[in-house]
Amino acid sequence: MGGAAAWRLALRPGEADSRGILFVGLGGRWRIDQGLPEAEVLRDKLDASVRQVSFDAGELTEWDSGLLSFVAGIYKACAERGIAVDGGGLPPGAQRLLAMARAIPEQKVSGRSTGTPGLFAQAGIATLEFVRGVPQMLGFLGEVTLSLLRLVSGRARFRARDLWLEIEEVGPRALPIVSVISFLVGLILAYLGADQLKLVGAQIFIADLVAIGMVREVGALMTGIIIAGRTGAAFAAQLGTMQVNEEIDAYKALGISTIDFLVLPRMLALMLMVPLLTLYSGFIGMLAGLLVSVTIFDIGVFEYYTETLRALEFKQFAVGLSKGTVYGAMIAFAGCLRGMQCGRSAEAVGHAATSAVVTAILLITIAASIMTIVYYQLGI
Amino acid sequence: MSAPHGRPKGHQPQPGAAQRRTPLTPFPGEGAGGEGSPEDPVPHIEVRDLSMAYGDFIVQSGLDFVVNKGDIFIVMGGNGCGKTTLMRALVGLQRPAAGSVLYSGEDFWNAAAEEQQRLKRRLGILFQGGALWSSLTLAENVALPIAEYSGLPPARVDELVAFKLALVGLAGCEDLYPAELSGGMRKRAGLARAIALDPDILVIDEPSSGLDPLTARRLDELIVELRDSLGTTIVVVTHELASILSIGNNSIYLDSESRSMIATGHPQDALKNGHPKVRHFLTRGGEAPPPRLNVPAETP
Repeated sequence: MGGAAAWRLALRPGEADSRGILFVGLGGRWRIDQGLPEAEVLRDKLDASVRQVSFDAGELTEWDSGLLSFVAGIYKACAERGIAVDGGGLPPGAQRLLAMARAIPEQKVSGRSTGTPGLFAQAGIATLEFVRGVPQMLGFLGEVTLSLLRLVSGRARFRARDLWLEIEEVGPRALPIVSVISFLVGLILAYLGADQLKLVGAQIFIADLVAIGMVREVGALMTGIIIAGRTGAAFAAQLGTMQVNEEIDAYKALGISTIDFLVLPRMLALMLMVPLLTLYSGFIGMLAGLLVSVTIFDIGVFEYYTETLRALEFKQFAVGLSKGTVYGAMIAFAGCLRGMQCGRSAEAVGHAATSAVVTAILLITIAASIMTIVYYQLGI
Repeated sequence: MSAPHGRPKGHQPQPGAAQRRTPLTPFPGEGAGGEGSPEDPVPHIEVRDLSMAYGDFIVQSGLDFVVNKGDIFIVMGGNGCGKTTLMRALVGLQRPAAGSVLYSGEDFWNAAAEEQQRLKRRLGILFQGGALWSSLTLAENVALPIAEYSGLPPARVDELVAFKLALVGLAGCEDLYPAELSGGMRKRAGLARAIALDPDILVIDEPSSGLDPLTARRLDELIVELRDSLGTTIVVVTHELASILSIGNNSIYLDSESRSMIATGHPQDALKNGHPKVRHFLTRGGEAPPPRLNVPAETP
């Protein structure tokens, strides 16, 4: 854009026999990239004395939709004030395009809310959505349970290859990230233990703390959270995209159970692989503990090893594995539920993936608390 | 079928050619009765006072029509009038707000779950975007319904799959994934999957949208051929004029303003002396000749 505007606008009230007509003179270049006048310039002139607006485009050299939107604004303002508009002075192409834009009257779209609701309304909407979500979640839980029962009775059908693909995706491919995080968590536990146990001069019990902590609780929890972010989100995105592409409908229309066919293999894969990863996580954590104890706190390798063996009873493994299995089921449940609930847009797929992770972590934490209390009461 | 790769120009007589009609002229005694089959029509799908709604928003209501065996039945109407919603209610994907859909006299929506499953298996559906299962190859897509329900050994399934793919002009594409296909190929592959189990009823959502005219015509020919040779009843949801007028032998028009059907009958009859709104639709908004599209360029 140069210094001066390329467009020229001259307003001239008609005189003598054309009294009451406002002549709008358009000159120069009226283009989007040349800047446009503000419509208010003209609206102020449209008072009671004006009966008609006419155009004079004799000096117009170039125009595009910049001119059209300006003129359309004049048409609208005049219609509101009951002023006639004579578009005869405009270029013929502009007249035709303006006529097309007016051909179909503005539609009243029903059912669309206008503007964002207030804070209380938003809180209410969110609460109602949550309340509506509960029966949906329970319904899905019921369907999945029935599907698992069908599996036990040998009537559930899915492709074995899907199960193997999911197992590969969930298991071996998650090893690197599970290794890194478990190692660091084991290291943190060892330092934490060393600091406290130093006070009573019993640093050898680092081994107990790390072993029991990792195998029983932390291994499962960390694995659960990693897999929720990694695989739970992937499940939701996969099923959500299938929902968008009508692939889910295609299964349903054939009478193939999407729960058996899509949810069950994912559920099984996680229920098998998360406990195994939990076990692996425990060993990596203990390895980190050993490394820290030997190099920093001068505990012998053999001492640490025997102390670890003494601390680890079978029940610690049983608790860890049971938690891993439950967390796996929770992650698959949350991922598949959110995927199946997904709407039909790209945004909805993103929302499904986010929601899957949040739901999975929430469910894992609730399950962890309940199981910890129950195991304590049972003395396990 | 001896010519899976489309009909040769010379149209040689084949066994059973007596009952066959030439493709794209499926209405015998044009304008006379407008019925698809020369024999007494047998109702195949009966729709009774059907209403569909999303929450409080009524999409269409008071739909009442019959699709006879061997019909190519067109559901037409402008964008957003509820054509696809009607299709979803017909094939059991969306429970209608009111009314019933009867397949050979059996009420689908009031049937037991097992009965619904059985009825669904007699339906083939081609979704608008093809809806191919993206994690499976084309061959696996077509094979899945067959393997699931036919109990045939894998070798027989493979042969069937190869034939169905050849029928839609996709021979040799067995191992491609849906993402590797063009839009037109996806649609044809979707058709191959829809006809995998030789359904009694084939429901097609927008067969020719996004296809070039020749591919669209070939698809239309295939649809007519399926009806002629296998006696499939075909419901086509479309707003494609060429398809409506060339293959349909019965139709309903869904109006988006009154939210109901305003006309039913042979599309050619509808064009000649149907409801003004339907004539308006079928002539692209005016009597022939069609509107000129190349308005001379304005030189400012």
